Amino acid sequence: MSATSLLQIDKLNKSFGENQVLTSVDLNVVAGEVVTIIGPSGSGKTTLLRCVNFLETYDGGSIQIDGREVGFTDSVSRKRRGEADLAGMRAETGMVFQSFNLFPHLTAEQNIMLGLRRVRKKPHKEAREIAQHWLARVGLDHKADSLPSELSGGQQQRVGIARAVAMDPKVLLLDEITSALDPELVNEVLDVVRQLAVEGMTMLVVTHEIAFARDASHRIVFMADGSGRE
Amino acid sequence: MDAVLYSIPYLLDGLGITILVSLIVVALSLIIGVILGVGIIYGPLPLRLLIRLIGDGIRGIPILVLIFLVYYGMPALGLNLSSFWSAVTALTIFKSAHVIEYVRGAVLSIPRGQMEAGMSIGLVFRERLRFVIFPQAVRRFLPPWLNGVTDAVKGSALVSLLGVVDLMHAINQVIGRTYEPLPLYILGALLYFAINYSLSTLSKVLERRYSYIRE
Repeated sequence: MSATSLLQIDKLNKSFGENQVLTSVDLNVVAGEVVTIIGPSGSGKTTLLRCVNFLETYDGGSIQIDGREVGFTDSVSRKRRGEADLAGMRAETGMVFQSFNLFPHLTAEQNIMLGLRRVRKKPHKEAREIAQHWLARVGLDHKADSLPSELSGGQQQRVGIARAVAMDPKVLLLDEITSALDPELVNEVLDVVRQLAVEGMTMLVVTHEIAFARDASHRIVFMADGSGRE
Repeated sequence: MDAVLYSIPYLLDGLGITILVSLIVVALSLIIGVILGVGIIYGPLPLRLLIRLIGDGIRGIPILVLIFLVYYGMPALGLNLSSFWSAVTALTIFKSAHVIEYVRGAVLSIPRGQMEAGMSIGLVFRERLRFVIFPQAVRRFLPPWLNGVTDAVKGSALVSLLGVVDLMHAINQVIGRTYEPLPLYILGALLYFAINYSLSTLSKVLERRYSYIRE
């Protein structure tokens, strides 16, 4: 256990009713590290990721980002954080979803700007510059004014990544981000992720792309039956 | 024809009251219905059950019964409302129960991932509703709601039964003086139709305006 862990998961337990999904999972990720989680369907990979930004509450154990417990004020009392506090914690992690989950009523640029404006409280002009910067980074500066429905799956997912990283999160969580894509679109998305990895973005990645896991990540954790092995 | 000309100032007064009643009812029921609609989706279980119970109960009562229930029931509770406000209260309760359902249907049609995407960028609940959920739900909400608005206009004719001089009551009063029911009822029907036809035209325009999200 390293003191410099950016993300520290200890003895995490989570069950859905009778079904124990995570059993005493430990995982540490240091700053700048890319950790990939692989494993069969139903092994709890996605659930683990969703616990990290508290889209799922966990039943026991602890998740800390930069020394702060994620969903609760501390891991002992397990008092749930208030709404504003929780939102603040969630903004520290960026999440990219399997099904993109872009906001369909907003343009690519507006998708990225929403969090910058409302959560990071950036003025309109600055938020827009950041959005344009990230759109350019994912190769979509010419699509700033397009609605998600006007973009291909690969383009949508790249906007999804831009939306997450533009918030300057401490950890980026990628949840099977290429699973919903046609095979020929997978690489344009993974290239963006590889580049982020090179630049030192801390990432926790759930994927079925074994080749990607091997060459882009520092560590691979294999999950089976709710617990992890390296 | 004389009867029709004679009736016009009275009918216009009545029409004013009909529109006033409808406006108040539509505005209040929109506010109450949206708040309770959010409550029935996101509230704690006891609240959800309570809203469900009350909403289902109200929608199961004929509006006419509800109007008399409020009119005669409120004084028993120590609240003395004029017949105008009794009628408005009853219609508002009735419409709110419907608005709850429109809101529920519209919001639940938005995929779960939208709320989660809003959470993951750190928006608080209120912001998620305002910037993510409502702008998308409004398109599903508008058609049934505007339909409900025309129902509210038509339903407002029932306030005449409490002695409120709305369009319906004004027609009956004029008929009482002129003994010419048919032309006056036709005129009344045309006036109601004019309001509701404008509303349904507006609804079509709005639907087109909000159809930008393709699925």
